[in-house]
Amino acid sequence: MPLLEARKIRKSFGGLQALSEVSLAIEPGEIYGLIGPNGAGKTTLFNVLTGLYKPDAGAVVFNGIELTGKKPNLVVEAGVARTFQNIRLFANMTAMENVMVGRHLRARAGALGAVLRDRATLAEEAAIRRRAHELLEYVGVARHAHALAKNLAYGDQRRLEIARALATDPKLLALDEPAAGMNATETASLRGLLEQIRADGITILLIEHDVKLVMGLCDRVAVLDYGKKIAEGAPAKVQCDPAVIEAYLGGALP
Amino acid sequence: MSAGWHKVRDWFRHDPRGKWVGLALIGIALAVLPFALEASVGRTWVRIVDLALLYTMLALGLNIVVGFAGLLDLGYIAFYAVGAYSYALLASPHFGVHLPWWLLLPMGAVLAAFFGVVLGAPTLRLRGDYLAIVTLGFGEIIRIFLNNLNAPINITNGPQGVNLIDPVAVEGVSFGKTNTLLGIAFPGTHLHYYLFLLLAVLVMFVCIRLEDSRIGRAWVAIREDEIAAQAMGINTRNIKLLAFAMGATFGGVAGGLFSSLQGFVSPESFAVWESITVLCMVVLGGMGHVAGVALGALLLATLPELLRHTAGPLQQQLLGKVILDPESLRMLLFGLALILVMLLRPAGLWPSPTRRRELTSARAPGAI
Repeated sequence: MPLLEARKIRKSFGGLQALSEVSLAIEPGEIYGLIGPNGAGKTTLFNVLTGLYKPDAGAVVFNGIELTGKKPNLVVEAGVARTFQNIRLFANMTAMENVMVGRHLRARAGALGAVLRDRATLAEEAAIRRRAHELLEYVGVARHAHALAKNLAYGDQRRLEIARALATDPKLLALDEPAAGMNATETASLRGLLEQIRADGITILLIEHDVKLVMGLCDRVAVLDYGKKIAEGAPAKVQCDPAVIEAYLGGALP
Repeated sequence: MSAGWHKVRDWFRHDPRGKWVGLALIGIALAVLPFALEASVGRTWVRIVDLALLYTMLALGLNIVVGFAGLLDLGYIAFYAVGAYSYALLASPHFGVHLPWWLLLPMGAVLAAFFGVVLGAPTLRLRGDYLAIVTLGFGEIIRIFLNNLNAPINITNGPQGVNLIDPVAVEGVSFGKTNTLLGIAFPGTHLHYYLFLLLAVLVMFVCIRLEDSRIGRAWVAIREDEIAAQAMGINTRNIKLLAFAMGATFGGVAGGLFSSLQGFVSPESFAVWESITVLCMVVLGGMGHVAGVALGALLLATLPELLRHTAGPLQQQLLGKVILDPESLRMLLFGLALILVMLLRPAGLWPSPTRRRELTSARAPGAI
């Protein structure tokens, strides 16, 4: 059974058909790439899968639970965590606090507990801190734990966003262009991090423009063009698909 | 500064005995404050400090909504009104009902929290300017209701307000008149002062604890980026409503205390200007920083009064006549002070220490 399944997703904005009948199935434990030219509908599909957009038609099923049209917080609760293409950290909170917010939904303390600081609340708070610090170390930004998120270097912000998403204990981590704006060295070390995350049992859905990263990292790739899935399969196979070449280069080769 | 002074300061700050002595000194100073004020500048000033403490509670309540959760609320005074009227109507000859204060204050808090949720719920999708306009409207609606609910059935007594409200009374000791305890005469304003001080400190304590908690972090996350907060699993609807309810609770308690102190409430005490004043206290003190907001409230509640009491006599003495009416001078300087603070200290007089932590973060590798 696939971990995440999208069935015939349709979504339009006014007259623009952003997604038409897109289906895909992500198997547990794989790294699944989603590529396509600019404006192909990758981020739209991403937003549908993570609950930010409601699809016009179609269904999203995760781990046997129907998630279609559910609010983003319920999607995260079910186990799909995401990052954003244009980094959306809590800029005026520290790196540590950002990750601690990610633990929000796996903790219970309410307003009363916060005021009384009973034993259960204190224990929970300590556990949140411990886990947040572990995750900062895991992605390699622990040395900036107490710096405000907005003051972190660009690459560290990307990593912090991954740590924050991991804090929600996801089964599936959805990354929207995590390597955007990174140089070759940073991309290589990001690749190491993603492989580590997969090795730790988390399935990854990856939108990426960096073809080298996608081809080297992903087990399977789907290609979107004008809101339609035009190819799917192993990277090497997809790379040679005439429809893909046409989508990227425009027109058939003579 | 001399080395001796540093020694004293460090003793107060770091030595455990020093801390207790420091706390005891502050406690004694606060305890004798009303008597010192009455002896030096008159009883009016005890009353001004009483009101300043009420404003502190209001500003701290609004700080939860505006400072923590980032929801610009321009109708906050409505919750003060709800607390004040619920106390006034159920402890006055108006209905002939005289419920005890220890029942009315929590009831006012719960009722205000309820109104916080009711008025907050329709605004959940709004942000920034739009939210401000809608809350401004809600604040006015409450005041207009209070002003007009005297017909066909007289509930609020309309613009005349409610009179002869029972003051707080503990063990038969009424806070409405002077009482002699242990040979010391305590006027009502003094007794109210102690009660208000106690509750203001309690509200501060609650705010500080909330700020550093799972709930407080969720509020700040919503302020920083609502979509990202939701994508991290925060139920933004519930957490926002909780902010409205918590903020309104403090407003409701302050309202009940206001009724007890004044013995009289009328709709004009809850005009939109009051909402703006409380917001100014929050912004001027340092939005989101509990101690800063309390400072802002105390300053903005007392300084204009100080001016009112000194500007007239000072002009008389220096110039022989009063050229500028103290009342208009007060507003003039109030506006000037706000502009200056916003220009020179845009984050407020005493902003949150996060800004300071920012500077030291490089030297704290990996420490929790």
